Amino acid sequence: MTVGKPGVVARRLNERQREKLILGVAAPLLALLTAMAITSLVMVVTGDNPFTAFSVMFDFGIKSDSQVWIINKAIPYYLSAVAVAIGFRMNLFNIGVDGQYRVAAFFAAVVGGALSLPGFVQIPVILLVAMVCGGIWAGIAGYLKATRGVSEVITTIMLNFIAGSLIAYFLQEGRLAEREGNIVHTPDIPESSYFFEFATSVQPIHGTVLIAVLIGAAYWFVLTRTRFGFDLRAVGRSESAAEASGVSVTRTVVTAMLLSGAVAGLVGMPTLLNESGNYGNDFPEGLGFTGIAIALLGRNHAIGMGFAALLWAFLERTGTQLEFEGFDQEIVGVMQGIIVLSVVVAYELVRRWGVRRQQRLVGEKLAQARKSDNDQAEVSA
Amino acid sequence: MRGPLLRSRGECVIPASSSQRPAAEDAGTPDVPAVALRGITKRFPGVVANHDIDITVRRGTVHALVGENGAGKSTLMKILYGMQRPDEGTIEIDGRRVSFKGPAEAIACGIGMVHQHFMLADNLTVLENVVLGAEKAHGIGSRARRRIAELSETYGLNVRPDVLVEDIGVADRQRVEILKVLYRGARTLILDEPTAVLVPQEVDALFRNLRGLTAEGLTVLFISHKLGEVLSVADEITVIRRGTTVGSVLPAETNPKQLAELMVGSELPTPATRESTVTDEPVLTVSGLHLSGTDSDGLRREMLADIDFTIHRGEVLGIAGVEGNGQAELVEAVMGVRIPDGGTITLDGEEISGASTRRRREAGIGYVPEDRHRHGLLLDAPLWENRMLGHVTEAPNSRGPWLTGAAARADTRRIVEEYDVRTPGIEVTAGSLSGGNQQKLIVGREMSHRPKVLIAAHPTRGVDVGAQARIWDEIRRARHEGLAVLLISADLDELIGLSDSLRVMYRGRLVADADPATITPEELGTAMTGTASGHLTAEHGDADSDTDSGVDSGPGSGAESGDPNGPEGGAR
Repeated sequence: MTVGKPGVVARRLNERQREKLILGVAAPLLALLTAMAITSLVMVVTGDNPFTAFSVMFDFGIKSDSQVWIINKAIPYYLSAVAVAIGFRMNLFNIGVDGQYRVAAFFAAVVGGALSLPGFVQIPVILLVAMVCGGIWAGIAGYLKATRGVSEVITTIMLNFIAGSLIAYFLQEGRLAEREGNIVHTPDIPESSYFFEFATSVQPIHGTVLIAVLIGAAYWFVLTRTRFGFDLRAVGRSESAAEASGVSVTRTVVTAMLLSGAVAGLVGMPTLLNESGNYGNDFPEGLGFTGIAIALLGRNHAIGMGFAALLWAFLERTGTQLEFEGFDQEIVGVMQGIIVLSVVVAYELVRRWGVRRQQRLVGEKLAQARKSDNDQAEVSA
Repeated sequence: MRGPLLRSRGECVIPASSSQRPAAEDAGTPDVPAVALRGITKRFPGVVANHDIDITVRRGTVHALVGENGAGKSTLMKILYGMQRPDEGTIEIDGRRVSFKGPAEAIACGIGMVHQHFMLADNLTVLENVVLGAEKAHGIGSRARRRIAELSETYGLNVRPDVLVEDIGVADRQRVEILKVLYRGARTLILDEPTAVLVPQEVDALFRNLRGLTAEGLTVLFISHKLGEVLSVADEITVIRRGTTVGSVLPAETNPKQLAELMVGSELPTPATRESTVTDEPVLTVSGLHLSGTDSDGLRREMLADIDFTIHRGEVLGIAGVEGNGQAELVEAVMGVRIPDGGTITLDGEEISGASTRRRREAGIGYVPEDRHRHGLLLDAPLWENRMLGHVTEAPNSRGPWLTGAAARADTRRIVEEYDVRTPGIEVTAGSLSGGNQQKLIVGREMSHRPKVLIAAHPTRGVDVGAQARIWDEIRRARHEGLAVLLISADLDELIGLSDSLRVMYRGRLVADADPATITPEELGTAMTGTASGHLTAEHGDADSDTDSGVDSGPGSGAESGDPNGPEGGAR
């Protein structure tokens, strides 16, 4: 019995790891299939052929220019999702990524437009300004949460509006912006400050994809491999247990908000450094909210969120094509909504199933132990 | 007589197989018990909360159920009220066997429950609260009003139907709760620690109400751990210890001493552990500790005052006291979770009064918290991450800022093996383990860092007997090797059996000390009510228990009476 034990344990572990992997992949797949089924139903009801729609989406989505578009679009989505996920991992709901990245991008654009340093100096300066601004904006909410107990949900929402007003105030001719036709924007950053690109047979892929990859890797590494990450996750799982274990909850809250804001500050960079070169009143908005959906979809997992961001971009890309083919473009919005809902439901179901299964395993183990105890007792008696 | 029962909503479900007798005839006869529980056993994964419970409650009596915290009273009442289903055993109501799928069915069978924490909507009137959820019984209009007035009259509850619940006091709210269950046709009322929130006069009034109820033929099941009250109000008393009924007594034939003996168990742990390992090397010295805090009413109060003690190498210092007298605050102050506003804490010659919790843990304080779910574990995290909790800055969990997961996993496997944590592996979440195994993991974790002092708050609460013995052994072994232990417990056997010296805590102060070699649980229990001070000797203790806990002591006397204003109230 004792000889066979390590073998049994090892097999169990492998089983568990395999199980973990299967569960991890099964849940989103299941959710995706459910979402497709429901969307098909919606299309059938509205009189469209879902199969045609799906094939249009698929055909158009895998074209090479679509692929580039999707990747470029996914970069800010991914960064935004990571920013949200940092908060999620410690039970902070940072709804303010939207305001944070806009404030950050605006001031980064202003600084970038005012300076004309060599690119290898100026680009880091711009990135740094963005991260600091995003961090400050989120830090306000973190500080209020830590010192006054104000819910970060409320403060970050309010800070979104304040961010909008702040930018609107400065984004006027004679203040920090200039006019060009109908567009008011900050002065352009010099050519040398543009981020590099990866040339492809069609349009180039933004070099800022590297930033996203680096941030994703750092997110994974810090959370799972460092003491700080452990503290952060501990607070997220149980504030009271974390505090009793010696984690300073207030400090962790502030730090996590600062980090979340700093990453949020980068969300606008792919647009600023690879596309527009300035912050104008046509700068994309709402990326912060998309980030929430993607973080949910990707389960706050570094790689999961990558796939989720790509899926989201794919849906947006192919949605426009659906419109050309005479479908309602809104169907993509419906699909996105249904996917998020199915994912949340599927994850919860799979999680509960996992917990029950674990409890059963524990119960079996206990029963086994009790049985062997009894056997021993009988033998000795 | 059974009219209200049959008319009320839901159905009184009786398994067909069990209708041994024609119930309707028996129902009114006083010989058939109102409630009879036979062989009730309830297991939670790995823990037996109740086993072989036998209780017979005669109709028209106040039946008290007494036992220590965690003895299994609440689980039993949840079973009777249909919130939990027993794994074994039978429930008979008025001689008929029943099996409840939920509280609604229990209510239909005439069982009503007044919870310790009131379930009232503050912004509704008394009438609305009573009717809420039972609209079918008498409508929501004048019929309901008449019925409420009638009930209030019959049982002397003096309820004013049109005042808002937020405007009435605690005692009135309790009467509304009682009225609520009566309105739903209850013939048997379960009251869970009903006096915990009342002041003495209110307790007297409540007891008058209860007698009014029983005079009308209703039955009251009264849960408490306050012996004085139980003796004054109950017609019969059943004692529960460690999940099983240990005896039923009549108040006239017993005294508080006997009852306490039944409750805490009179058999002391083996004296083999008595040989002293105490040295004269102080490890933890607390002097002049003072802490004030805000209680639930928002008032600033003294939580701890003039706390002085020294624990030496190899010494176990036990703190006895009724829960809520500042023990939790003391632990939190020593751990650095609460910042005291006066006094010093010295660990092994180094002052740590201003140090952070993490710093203190690194300096060698081990901590077995009272509430392991809230303070000791990350329930959703795997065991090996829980092994890191609290010691993440120390080997084998990390090196510098980096976690060393492989080493932590290996060490978790060692703990699981050495401390007999029954689990299929170290990747399962802590939440899926049973209480005893969770606690063994915590004890193993804390001991693995070779603490200089261990703060153990109720280390064996809610764990099965096997794990309890295991944890006791572990503490004894470590004490032998020079560990200093601050032990806080409500289990007097545990306190007396493990401690080298004992202090009694009352209202945030250490009011008395005792020698565990000579003191009995009953004497200690008496001292915990705050009536004794100074050094307790055996004779002294006897004198105390005689004066304080005579049969004549009514519900208004004794320590319980002051509690709502004492630290107990604030700690809630």
